[in-house]
Amino acid sequence: MNPDRRQFLGWGAAAAAGAALAPGFRLIELARARSPQEAASKLQRWGLLIDITKCADCDACVTACHEENGVTGHGRPETDAQWIRKVNLRDKRTGYAQTLPLMCQHCEHPPCVDVCPTGASFKRDDGVVLVDKHTCIGCRYCVMACPYGARSFIHETVSGQKADVPRGKGTVESCTLCVHRVDRGETPACVEACTRDGGKAMVFGDLNDPSAEIHRRLRSEPSTQVRADLALNTGVRYQGL
Amino acid sequence: MMRIAAWIIAAALALAGFADAGERRTSRVAVPTVKIEKGEACVAPTAQMRRDHMKMLLHQRDRTMRQGLREPRFSLKNCVDCHAGRETASVLGKDGFCSSCHEYAAVSIDCFECHTPLQQKRAAARP
Repeated sequence: MNPDRRQFLGWGAAAAAGAALAPGFRLIELARARSPQEAASKLQRWGLLIDITKCADCDACVTACHEENGVTGHGRPETDAQWIRKVNLRDKRTGYAQTLPLMCQHCEHPPCVDVCPTGASFKRDDGVVLVDKHTCIGCRYCVMACPYGARSFIHETVSGQKADVPRGKGTVESCTLCVHRVDRGETPACVEACTRDGGKAMVFGDLNDPSAEIHRRLRSEPSTQVRADLALNTGVRYQGL
Repeated sequence: MMRIAAWIIAAALALAGFADAGERRTSRVAVPTVKIEKGEACVAPTAQMRRDHMKMLLHQRDRTMRQGLREPRFSLKNCVDCHAGRETASVLGKDGFCSSCHEYAAVSIDCFECHTPLQQKRAAARP
């Protein structure tokens, strides 16, 4: 063993001993609010918890989302963009009916990112799955790959966009988890609307932050992922499904 | 003595010629009318802005999109907020800050296919 290597291993051992000796000392700081000059970090993972038992028979989340993001239709449901939708479930045998909002599930292993030929579909470091419309060529592979049908293609020229939410013909789009609001330290529009006008069924937060309500509830209460069999590790979790 | 006088006359003629050429250029060649509504100071000196604004925007766009860095300085929103026309509240249109020059230079940009060309403060105030 040459002396440099021996010395290096010695330093490593000393560092390990130092880390072991100080149990309260964290090498990696946990999540905190981010300034505009600070990049999104892997320490955070944004997520949603939706309690379906509280989900009322309303569409406050859908209206608020489309209002916030300037998503307008042309009265053609086949081709109009849809960032979030209400899905109605009914057990055929018992007749038990449920309703839930479904949007991009912000997977840890997103199929839409795997199939994108230009790298336009990507996952930000804090777990938000987005489309970079500057590089999107509108091939719609991601639309087909998404098991949740969360992505929409813009077929027609758009006008009257919101300053924070650029949208244009020939690109694919989906729920951004209101990334422009999250970067300002606010919650997504759907969550705000649900808490204000709906059944208070949605909770937004950092899945990695042990002090966050969402983290505490996911730890102590049962929850499910839609299509958990695909092992995508979704950022949006449901209760009472 | 005559030689010095000749030199002076030649120099004066040359200077006049230069001034004349500049004047003639502006009268003969159509130049874009760029209306700058607000202030003298942009985020960088004018000469640099004219040459490099697209590079700044391209750089900022990737930082914002990919890393979530929403620094206002080189953001397109900041450009529009300062440079939107007083009447139209837009950077597009006949005398629009962006479109007047790009039309002159035959540059077709597609920023505003997706981004709003309207200034936000006044767009919100308008019905």
